Amino acid sequence: MSVELDVFVGNTTIMDEEVYQLWLDGYTVNDAVKVRMEGGVMDECEASKDVLLSDTMDQYRTFQMCERLLHSPAKLANQLLFQIPPHRQIMLIERYYAFDDTFVREVLGKKLSKGTKKDLDDISTKTSVTLKSCRRQFDNFKRVFKVVEELKGPLVENIRQHFLLSDKLARDYAAIVFFANNRFETGKRKLQYLSFQDFAFCAGQLISNWTVGAVDNMVEDMDVDLDKEFLQELKELKILITDKDLLDQHKSLVCTALRGKTKVFIEMEGSFKNLSRGLINIAAKLTNTKDVRDFFIDLVEKFIEPCRSDRWSAADMKLYLTHYTNSAHILDTFKHQVVWDRYMGVVKSCIFKMYHD
Amino acid sequence: MPGKLKAKIVAGRHLPVMDRASDLTDAFVEVKFGNTTFKTDVCPKSLNPQWNSEWFKFEVDDEDLQDEPLQITVLDHDTYSANDAIGKVYIDIDPLLYSEAASVISGWFPIYDTIHGIRGEINVIVKVELFNDLNRFRQSSCGVKFFCTTCIPQCYRATLVHGFVEELVVNEDPEYQWIDRIRTPRASNEARQRLISLMSGELQRKIGLKVLEMGGNAVVGYLQCFDLEGESGLVVRAIGTACTLDKLSSGSAPNTNTHMHPNTAPASNACNSPSKDGKEPVFVEDLPSSSGPPTPFRALPTSSSPPPFSPSKPCSRQSSSSDTDLSLTPKTEEPHSVRCRPGIFLCPSSPILSTDTLSLPGSGSVGCGRGSNPRATTSAPLSSIQSDSALLRKSVSFTEDLLLAASGMGSGGSAGKEAGPLRTLLRQQTQTALEQRGASSSGLLLNAREFPFFTLTSFPPGFLLHVGGVVSARSVKLLDRIHNPALGNTRSYKLLDWNSVTADEPETRDAWWEEIRQEIKSHARALGCHAVVGYSESTSICEEVCILSASGTAAILNPRYMREGCLDIGCTDHRFEEPSPPNCGFCHIPYDELNMPFPAQLTYCYHCRRQKVPDVLFTTIDLPSEAAVAGKGCLIQARLCRLKKKAQGEANATAISNLLPFMEYELHTQLMNKLKLRSMNALFGLHIQISVGENMLLGLASATGVYLTALPAPGGIQIAGKTPGDLSSEHISSIQKRINDTIAVNKELYQINPPKLFALDPEVFCGINMELAEEGVGSPIPEPRHRSRLFRSHSESSDELSELDLSHGKKDAFVLEIDDTDAVEDIHSLLIDAPPPTGFYSCNTENMPGISNWTSGVQMFTSVRVLRLSNANLTNQGLNKIFTDLCENLLKSFYFKLRSMIPCCLCHLNFTVAVPEEELIQVTVTAVAMTYDKEQTQEKTAEKPVNKGSLEAEEQLQFPLELCADSSSSNIQTASKISGVGESTNMSPRVSSLERCSPLQEGRSRSLRSSRSFGGSSVTVVKMTPLSFLPGTRIIKYLGIINMFFIRETTSLREEGGVSGFLHSFIAEVFAMVRAHVAALGGNAVVSYSMKECVFMENPNKNQAQCLINVSGDAVICISETDQESSASTANTGQTGGSETDGAT
Repeated sequence: MSVELDVFVGNTTIMDEEVYQLWLDGYTVNDAVKVRMEGGVMDECEASKDVLLSDTMDQYRTFQMCERLLHSPAKLANQLLFQIPPHRQIMLIERYYAFDDTFVREVLGKKLSKGTKKDLDDISTKTSVTLKSCRRQFDNFKRVFKVVEELKGPLVENIRQHFLLSDKLARDYAAIVFFANNRFETGKRKLQYLSFQDFAFCAGQLISNWTVGAVDNMVEDMDVDLDKEFLQELKELKILITDKDLLDQHKSLVCTALRGKTKVFIEMEGSFKNLSRGLINIAAKLTNTKDVRDFFIDLVEKFIEPCRSDRWSAADMKLYLTHYTNSAHILDTFKHQVVWDRYMGVVKSCIFKMYHD
Repeated sequence: MPGKLKAKIVAGRHLPVMDRASDLTDAFVEVKFGNTTFKTDVCPKSLNPQWNSEWFKFEVDDEDLQDEPLQITVLDHDTYSANDAIGKVYIDIDPLLYSEAASVISGWFPIYDTIHGIRGEINVIVKVELFNDLNRFRQSSCGVKFFCTTCIPQCYRATLVHGFVEELVVNEDPEYQWIDRIRTPRASNEARQRLISLMSGELQRKIGLKVLEMGGNAVVGYLQCFDLEGESGLVVRAIGTACTLDKLSSGSAPNTNTHMHPNTAPASNACNSPSKDGKEPVFVEDLPSSSGPPTPFRALPTSSSPPPFSPSKPCSRQSSSSDTDLSLTPKTEEPHSVRCRPGIFLCPSSPILSTDTLSLPGSGSVGCGRGSNPRATTSAPLSSIQSDSALLRKSVSFTEDLLLAASGMGSGGSAGKEAGPLRTLLRQQTQTALEQRGASSSGLLLNAREFPFFTLTSFPPGFLLHVGGVVSARSVKLLDRIHNPALGNTRSYKLLDWNSVTADEPETRDAWWEEIRQEIKSHARALGCHAVVGYSESTSICEEVCILSASGTAAILNPRYMREGCLDIGCTDHRFEEPSPPNCGFCHIPYDELNMPFPAQLTYCYHCRRQKVPDVLFTTIDLPSEAAVAGKGCLIQARLCRLKKKAQGEANATAISNLLPFMEYELHTQLMNKLKLRSMNALFGLHIQISVGENMLLGLASATGVYLTALPAPGGIQIAGKTPGDLSSEHISSIQKRINDTIAVNKELYQINPPKLFALDPEVFCGINMELAEEGVGSPIPEPRHRSRLFRSHSESSDELSELDLSHGKKDAFVLEIDDTDAVEDIHSLLIDAPPPTGFYSCNTENMPGISNWTSGVQMFTSVRVLRLSNANLTNQGLNKIFTDLCENLLKSFYFKLRSMIPCCLCHLNFTVAVPEEELIQVTVTAVAMTYDKEQTQEKTAEKPVNKGSLEAEEQLQFPLELCADSSSSNIQTASKISGVGESTNMSPRVSSLERCSPLQEGRSRSLRSSRSFGGSSVTVVKMTPLSFLPGTRIIKYLGIINMFFIRETTSLREEGGVSGFLHSFIAEVFAMVRAHVAALGGNAVVSYSMKECVFMENPNKNQAQCLINVSGDAVICISETDQESSASTANTGQTGGSETDGAT
């Protein structure tokens, strides 16, 4: 005796958020039933294991049928097959496009290609996110990437409109797309301490300051690529380290401002030239795609690590960078104030974000 | 007469990719109606084509408009090969043919393909220009409104109820063995869908014609069913109740319908009416004088001096005995007896007899009816046990005594016993009926009179006077015989074959049903009732065997609401003169207590103390709103499996016939026990389904139990061993304790605290009279299957009862006898039904007794479960257990799934069982979960028994008075004018709230999504419910009937997620298509929704499956009750209105 067929269909599609999450997390039906049993849902309605199993199967089927629609969320709103209240639709979409930070950290900056997809099982073992869930997340990234790649206009807004995502999630996806497009290196050991949210923040900074769309959103170009002209102009900043006078002047201005305000003043004074050289060199090299990829690793190696070894506190760091940036404005012979601000604004906030253990 | 149908194809969206190379589609559309086809241009390379076509115009007969659906086919253009069909949309344009329903059909329809399911959507606009047809010879019946709802629709008022209408049409099934056939299943399935759509249209038109001829303008409680008879064809049949309805809100312009549709063609026309083509010869032959209009009425008195269907003494007794021996003693009937159409056939001999003997001599037919009373049914099976041929003689004589006591089986017998009074009564009835007939003029009136059946399950207050009990009839037929005229035993049927073979078929089916209906009618009469309400018909087919079933509730209706002459009403009966209090009147017995059709235990009504009531009441109707109840109701189910040897043809039919009475009996016993166990005394909405499979029969009885305060409190259940020492007395007492505990728990659970005033403590008295019971029941009869049996104590007889006064405190003593271990099992299974978890209630009726303060949460659902039995040797006991568990587990699943809605009630739980294959059991359930306000319930129930009755009685007064004026003066116009005054005040708020309503919903969803600002259109939310109302809302417009039939097939079952995945998506698709059609009509809800058919077939080895689904319902516009608050105060009087709005807010 066995149940051959067992379905339950509601006029309003019934979806249990807990089961949805289990499904998204890639649990098999049996595992999901186990999790639910442990969760104590059985006590709620005098349910038995069979009831749970049947319910879980039903829900899984529903989700599978919905999945096709979730691939283009706009369809969910005007499809006729499932009657789902709007707030539920939003929940479905939001959760479907949600991802694990641990997983995304692994693929961040990698090419969203078949090759990467083949490595997903390794990532799955490493992150203990189920392979099924990894695939869904990866496919989501790829799908968003594909759609947005072709579109003009602001990246975040495009994602939000096409995938009906919340602002936060849309920004995260923008970061992922941006990283994937520019292939930023994030996997090196030295960068391991950085979380996805750190990178997402930096990506946000880069997108809103360093892309073409950042200066002029009427431009028929996308937010995905860095502003080539700007990168070219960054070369001009080299004068700050190549011109001896300027370098000394800059140093003395910064030191004057910092004196007495920090415990690590001596270290700051001592490493000023090195740090300044580091930051300016990063800027000057950004015209090379290869160096763009290494942007974050460079920041860590050339700036964050030296500071950390000198035991700067985060406040020290802030203080130093603020004065470092502002002092350049007082330099009479330094003419590239606009580029400097555009560069340092982003670098400053990125470093702030990245300066932690 | 012509009408002009216009269709415009606007656009498509989400189309599938048909061209792999370009990932796009070159779509165009074919629009077909009748034989005319139009095409749109090809919209190249788009998945969201914009055709924006011209208006395609079809000039057609209105007859065709009713029959044919508009067919829209979306295709992919292909230059080199044949165009590929993407899918189809069938649009039933019937709703556009009512004067007041939808005016345009416009919206997105899912494009459906039998293989691929829904493939995108198409936006279509359809309009109809109809020229009024006043031709009385017309064959169309445009304008007759159809309602699935089994009560008077919310925004209408019934001015007259005309009575029963029925029709059936038959055709060849384009495909009956899909798996074995070599042809594309898609082609034949599409042919099938088209054919059934056509047949339903035709059927509806024919029923409409009958209604027009009767002078009505609407059919309420329209129930259409398909019989997929396999090789012998496809039957589409429908029954309904013809009414004249008045729209309530149309105060300023009343009676548009009556003007538009001139009623009642003269009788002669009725006879010639083409809708009755097949029957015509019979009719003419029997009534040769009916050619002139005035004659038919004259002819009647002379020829029908013994009323054709009044059960006169001798014949009915004979019929009852023939019930029992039918299957065993094939009689070769005199051919002419077959020809008689009871009611029209005017032979003075006994037509009733002929209905029973009519059944195929070889096919074996058993009628097994049943009255309400438990005691009656205890003996019912006995008569069938006699079907053992060896015992035949004995049993017949036995019947003399016992059958008279039996309700159902004894319908005839009991009538026979009834001496003088009833007989004179009947005579009077016929006389009055004949007199009345002078006024009305339809030949079809005869038909309505012939079967005073009503498919309605709830009635306007004052309509239902008394309820007798459930009457049912079943008959087993062999299907394949019809198509083999060469076989000897089809002889009798051949005589019906007047013209051709095809004409023979509907005639045959008609005769079958007529036979059943006659039986029902005689059962009702035996209960002293002149009408049957809550009437329904069903079939169960397995191979060539078909069980036809009909059931209803015998009742006495208030003649004032009937069309004159539509009932045989003995107005002289003293019992009708005395008005009964509305909250208990319907419980009062309609039969004569001195000549009871069965031995019932009567007491004086616990409510009014004036008249007698039975101790238990079973009905198929809904609980009347005015009934006084204590506590809450609950779903009660009896489930039964019976193994049957595989057999062919006659032997099979005989075997089934022999099993049926046993099953009915056991189901009844179970129901009774479970009712007692819940400390309740009445069942409403009783529906007994018996389904036949190759090697087993399944029986499922569902009903809603309730405690009627007018009826005596139910006694307990007493356990007794057959012989002392048979089982340890300890064991018995432990079981007894469990039962008593369960009863106590249930009392608590369902809050059954009958008003103390009349509540005499139920004193359970022990079954001392065991010996007597044994004897009475008749030990000579072998009882292989009944190990535990329920006896009623014989300490009282009905004669004594008549002298009992109110102080009579003896309660039923049910003795459950244990004579072996199986009986213990039975008791265990009795106790196994788990009560619903806290926060849940369940019922299978429209209204949940004890809950009325619904909040707006509504969730309709359909669930299907198929169980495969292992091939191990199963016993009946084992099977019962499996089947019971299946049903219980389903319920548990529902409770669990819907737990977020607590407190909530599952209403209208409709279980359907089937045996699709040898080892499969399929259970299909459709129901609605509705939330309610817990706080108010408790308050309400507390005050209910005291207050509700009087309050409601006051409230109800309005209606009957209004109606009385109507029917007596028969001047409808003035009456509706009067009512119009009251209504007109409501007009403006209603209209404005309508306008507010639909944009409101869209607006809400839009605003929710506004942050996302996607430009796509939102989909109208369409609520669905099997009930006739949506809580918290008010229906302001009925847009027409939804009646859809779909077939889905697959050849890639595994890829689609197996059988469950396949069916899950199909059901979801069906819902989607229903919603889309309703939305296109401008509606936002479907009420009285039901899934009539869900036939699932699979062939996993071939990776194939197929499913047929038929759904129906009423498309409506409803508006939130809160919008109505201002008008609610005027429309509803007193607290009911107030509390309803409270509940909604």
